[in-house]
Amino acid sequence: MKNNQALVSLPMATPVPEGAGEFRLPSASQPFVLGTLATAVGDVPIVGGELVWQDLRGHYLVRWNVGRKSFTVEPGLYAIGEPGSDSAVLVSANYKMSFDILRQTLGGYDAWILVLDTKGINVWCAAGEGTFGTGELVDRIQASRLDEVVSHRRLIVPQLGATGVAAFEVKKYSGFAVTYGPVMVQDLPLFLANGCKATPDMRIKLFPLQERLVLVPVEIMLALKQWLPLIFVLLLVAGFFGEGTFLQAMLVHGLPPTLAVLVGIVAGTIVTPLLLPWIPGRAFSCKGALCGLFLFGLLYTFSGAFVMDSSLYLRFACLLITLAISSWLGMAFTGSSTYTSLNGVRKEMLLAMPGQFVTILTGLGLWATSLWLG
Amino acid sequence: MSKFKYLEDVVTLEYDQEKCVGCTMCTIVCPHEVFRMEAKKAFLLARNLCMECGACMRNCPAGAITVEAGEGCVRGIINELLGIEGPCC
Repeated sequence: MKNNQALVSLPMATPVPEGAGEFRLPSASQPFVLGTLATAVGDVPIVGGELVWQDLRGHYLVRWNVGRKSFTVEPGLYAIGEPGSDSAVLVSANYKMSFDILRQTLGGYDAWILVLDTKGINVWCAAGEGTFGTGELVDRIQASRLDEVVSHRRLIVPQLGATGVAAFEVKKYSGFAVTYGPVMVQDLPLFLANGCKATPDMRIKLFPLQERLVLVPVEIMLALKQWLPLIFVLLLVAGFFGEGTFLQAMLVHGLPPTLAVLVGIVAGTIVTPLLLPWIPGRAFSCKGALCGLFLFGLLYTFSGAFVMDSSLYLRFACLLITLAISSWLGMAFTGSSTYTSLNGVRKEMLLAMPGQFVTILTGLGLWATSLWLG
Repeated sequence: MSKFKYLEDVVTLEYDQEKCVGCTMCTIVCPHEVFRMEAKKAFLLARNLCMECGACMRNCPAGAITVEAGEGCVRGIINELLGIEGPCC
């Protein structure tokens, strides 16, 4: 029953939608365009394989979740090097990071890049959402008059795009045959040298330390956005209702739970992703909570400033706050991981969320009690 | 590097080998080597490694594979639990 519903709920590929597919080439006035290449259909923008500091600055900022929404390139057909009618066509997303890394990898090659309109989202996520999909691909082929630019009928689509693209339907609606490229763009040169054949290794998505590390800044930023309001409220409440002057009360009663929240954030967004393979357990909420416990214990043991001289109520309150937040943020990392499934995450959330909710409420309640008792 | 494993027995992946036409597409698109070819038919090698991305279902011309595909992100599931339409990530 469930499976049937799933089939229906997935947007199925359609022939080119009405009004779409009107001829359009990307603008040559985009900063990374080096010039234009005259083709049968008009002047196609040429891009190079070199990234300049403005590109790298943009990459750095989006890693910190800054300017993410507008980090796009215009969809359509681009040339890299001096491609001809028999050159390969590689399909990409209009997230500038994806596009930049592709052109950097293809530096020195002569090829076409067909950029789909994925609303600035990377290939894999966009494929999951359906924007990197059969419909958009078929539409973009037509809108770029690709059949007039190249004489062959082959496309190289990133393997992770297969979630949204049905190769047999693309063939049916556009005449172009899809070859799925490697998972990682870094493997493209070898793939191309092999005559567009991927080795088994190229087909597997791993999740190495470096890939987990680059995700950390965005996780931190999202977590801060979520939890800074609580810190603000904790400090205010402590200042107003604690004993002594506002500042004294804020420091004595507000600082411990603030540190507890921050420890939870560090455990959930930095420690959990980095130590992922070595943390016991499979559920991310458990991994997060374990990291929270570990970090809390470390700080408790080695830091005199950290709730050392506070009441038992307060210490326990802080522990609960840290555990709940680290568990929650660890669980949120499933969204960035490369191997968790929808139904797995759903199951985990239904089991973990009540616990996280009760834990943080108890923690905050105990904290309020300690505040009340002075 | 060893492969990551998520929860056991949670995925909705179903495969009907009767319908398989042997095109090998599922073995190509799956990023976790869930399918393997044997005697010109695909077989389920590692169902628990499935991450429900739906690439195999999407690219199976025979319609032999079904899976409730989705992104499995916390915000999307909370929206779903609250019954509101919202973006995932």
